[in-house]
Amino acid sequence: MSRPITPSQTIGPFFSHALPWTDGPYVVPEGTQGAIWLRGTVSDGAGQPVPDALVETWQADPDGRFDHPDDPRGAVAGFRGFGRCPTDASGGWAILTRKPGVVPGPDGTTQAPHVDLSVFARGLLNRVVTRLYFPDEVEANAADPVLAGIADPDDRATLVAEATSDGYRFDVRLQGDRETVFFAI
Amino acid sequence: MTDRSLYAPLTVQGYRRDHGRTHPPLLHPDYQSTVLRAPARPLTELPHTLTEVTGPLLGEGRVGEFDHDLTRQHAGEPLGERIIVHGQVLDGDGRAVPHTLVEVWQSNAAGRYSHDLDRHPAPLDPNFTGVGRCLTDAEGRYRFITVKPGAYPWKNHHNAWRPAHIHFSLFGRAFTQRLITQMYFPGDPLFGFDPVLNSIRDPAARARLVSSFDLSETVPEWALGYRFDIVLSGRDETPMEDEEGEE
Repeated sequence: MSRPITPSQTIGPFFSHALPWTDGPYVVPEGTQGAIWLRGTVSDGAGQPVPDALVETWQADPDGRFDHPDDPRGAVAGFRGFGRCPTDASGGWAILTRKPGVVPGPDGTTQAPHVDLSVFARGLLNRVVTRLYFPDEVEANAADPVLAGIADPDDRATLVAEATSDGYRFDVRLQGDRETVFFAI
Repeated sequence: MTDRSLYAPLTVQGYRRDHGRTHPPLLHPDYQSTVLRAPARPLTELPHTLTEVTGPLLGEGRVGEFDHDLTRQHAGEPLGERIIVHGQVLDGDGRAVPHTLVEVWQSNAAGRYSHDLDRHPAPLDPNFTGVGRCLTDAEGRYRFITVKPGAYPWKNHHNAWRPAHIHFSLFGRAFTQRLITQMYFPGDPLFGFDPVLNSIRDPAARARLVSSFDLSETVPEWALGYRFDIVLSGRDETPMEDEEGEE
């Protein structure tokens, strides 16, 4: 029987005593071989930091597989794939993980390594969704079906992180100058 | 490279899209915080690939013994009207979503959050944090014991008050199903004045956020029951790989 869905509402300003977990930012434990930090900021249309956002990540493991029964190749246990980090007073967030592998895409294509991001905040009536891609995957990014669907190279560039000394940097600009590309899902 | 069979073409069944019918628009100027935070440019449609049809399945390790009972997390009982909030988590096809994590948080009975930045001059309750978690059972059912939250003022506009509500966070079984929302109480006189609730354009969709009084779940001499069912997106009818007539 078909049922109409429940609408979204904002996370509001007062969730930071409720939703963050001590291990939320650690998709993998500290000291894991090959671990990388994904760090960034969330900013608003005035370029101001958003200090009350929640960033969540979802991704494949380094082999491009998911710990999930709907992965038709079979679930691979042991990689949580999920990160959760509230932003700090400067709008900053950080998640320790491993770089995902290539993931199958629509129609026999392959997708470049990517991380799905949700951002929740006061003033966002629904989450916004974006994707983080990796700057050292030039060929794979060029062949990625989702990136290929974004015509303007400047827009595509908002989805590609920058390399840093211990991982990658990915800033989310909710509105205005170099606004991040967000997805309807 | 690794095993090539990992990259063989897959058929992935996507989830139904809302296309703006149910969820509020990101920009709703009556709710002032949306003005600088809502993306100004149209959203790009993301195909539902393996990344989107999977999602975190967070289990028992996330839920403590008293996480479902917000009245038993401290030395004493919180003040306020004790209530039971229960319901079923379903998908858009009416199928139960079993063993999924449900997170809730709310103000205390006086309308004050146990949060450092809440400046509402109403009393904190040392016996109430207002944070709960549980997993749905095999039929997708959840149940919390708590106290009824109070209405509280906010600075959105002159004399602005939020209707009493409980925040809900749900994962479902796929990234596409992730939902954060708010549950309201029947007959609240503040509904007509609340830009957050009224950001939802369809009155029938707004009504789905209002719990119903439930005498059958009310425990005599102890607590009123309220029922709030939550429906996450359902599966698309046709697997997306078939659209282009593959093979």
